[in-house]
Amino acid sequence: MNVIDIQGATKVFNPGRSNQVEALAEIDLAVEHGEFITLIGPSGCGKSTLLRLIASLISPSTGSVQVNDKPAEQARLDRDYGMAFQTAGLFDWRTVTKNIELPLELMGWSKGDRRRRASEMLELVKLSEFAKHHPNELSGGMQQRVAIARALAFSPSLLLMDEPFGALDEMTREHMQDELLRIWKETGTTVVFVTHSIPEAVYLSTRVLVMSPRPGTIASNISVSLGDRSAATRDDPAFFKKVTEVRIALREVEE
Amino acid sequence: MNALKGFSAPVAAGVVLFGVWQGVLSLFNPEGFVLPAPSEIVGALIDNWDEVYHGARITGFVVVSGLVAGIILGIIAALLVTRFRTANETITPLAVAINAIPIIALAPIFNNWFGLTSPRSNQAIVVALVFFPIFINTTRGLTQVDRSQIELMESYAASRSRITREVRIPNAMPFFFTALKLATSLAVIAAIVAEYFGGRQDALGPMITQSAGLTRYDEAWAAVLAGTAIGAVLYFAVLVIERLAMPWHSLIRARIDEP
Ligand SMILES: Nc1ncnc2c1ncn2[C@@H]1O[C@H](COP(=O)(O)OP(=O)(O)OP(=O)(O)O)[C@@H](O)[C@H]1O
Ligand SMILES: [Mg+2]
Repeated sequence: MNVIDIQGATKVFNPGRSNQVEALAEIDLAVEHGEFITLIGPSGCGKSTLLRLIASLISPSTGSVQVNDKPAEQARLDRDYGMAFQTAGLFDWRTVTKNIELPLELMGWSKGDRRRRASEMLELVKLSEFAKHHPNELSGGMQQRVAIARALAFSPSLLLMDEPFGALDEMTREHMQDELLRIWKETGTTVVFVTHSIPEAVYLSTRVLVMSPRPGTIASNISVSLGDRSAATRDDPAFFKKVTEVRIALREVEE
Repeated sequence: MNALKGFSAPVAAGVVLFGVWQGVLSLFNPEGFVLPAPSEIVGALIDNWDEVYHGARITGFVVVSGLVAGIILGIIAALLVTRFRTANETITPLAVAINAIPIIALAPIFNNWFGLTSPRSNQAIVVALVFFPIFINTTRGLTQVDRSQIELMESYAASRSRITREVRIPNAMPFFFTALKLATSLAVIAAIVAEYFGGRQDALGPMITQSAGLTRYDEAWAAVLAGTAIGAVLYFAVLVIERLAMPWHSLIRARIDEP
């Protein structure tokens, strides 16, 4: 069963007007259950647009987007996926716990269940001591971890992430990558992850999709099979080989 | 107690100001002509306490009722404008046009509409002056929301009204309170100036004009002092409500204020 099935999807913003943008051209993409897909490509090539299409935050100009064998719109209404963005997008007026509970509140979970799940998620991202803090008392990296905990709180079958680690320093970033992989393995979710970092893409994914700009298309599809990741993976020659392969593919689309 | 933090400095500044005022006058202008010393003003306030207190209650009622009505109308208009495109297209230009009118200049005309001794005209002036900053700022706060926060709520299939409640309204709170602090001082000024032209004759405004006309400046100043007290009490009340309504916000400020 495919978690994501995109057929001939295009996206044109402001059609017929002077500021018309052809953001995506004829995207075909099938993502299987349990895959970890990263989208990489030059700025403005349509990565966020593709992610928004999958999330049904925007609708395709032509073509179809199916998630979990139903139209993406229905998947959104069924709350089949969790999302995390480059900016943590936490609500300052809610405590850390309350931020994580937000999707659960919207889904009508009982107070006790929400509390229990929020504290589990906080343990997962190692922020239990900060449960009662407000987001503005946390560092950027900690906020991002809360955002990820929030995205995972209701165990969505699909996780959509748009440069979630973009604002983090290198050490925190690597730590978060390992956390994300651990969670991915533990929960068996499917992930679509947007990044600008080639090593990050290779380290995380089972498959890297390199996109080319104007209009956005998937230029190459690079499978990555490096086995279980660990600190040693980052020094593995096979890892570097993949990094080079993605870099060459990217260089081609940039020209 | 936390809500009181930060008020000691302005109080100290006030004490110093009045001390200097009193000192300079006693040195250079012992007759207290035109500008009476603080001690004389306080004396006039005590001598005319019943009258001034009564006037302050009349004016205070105009201020508070006008403020409340202006706030409610401003918030309703802001919510409508954010929610409905047609409301936006009709209310916003209208509000901008109304704001271009020097509203206080309408006081004599309003008196004509509502009756020369009716406080309604003064209330109307206060409402009109309060409405605009509340409307504009609240609208800004309701619409200038982080896009990813809205998308996040949409990704949870949250309804429009839920998004308004969970995201837009809390986001608008700091904008609203900024406008409210501006509006409280505007309301006091508007009420007293409007009273110069009409409304109840036992209010602070007429008390100021009549005392000044009879060269009883200490009494005029006593009435001004009462007006100042109304403004200060309201401003203080807004600060306290703000801190209670947005505990997270004072947290941000506390962090920024730290040296
Ligand atoms: N809401 C919108 N209205 C109009 N044009 C848009 C909109 N969103 C995106 N675009 C355009 O679509 C194109 C792709 O944008 P998109 O945000 O998907 O790029 P991206 O690959 O995510 O870039 P980046 O790496 O910088 O985040 C850009 O040319 C952009 O200007
Ligand atoms: Mg993007």
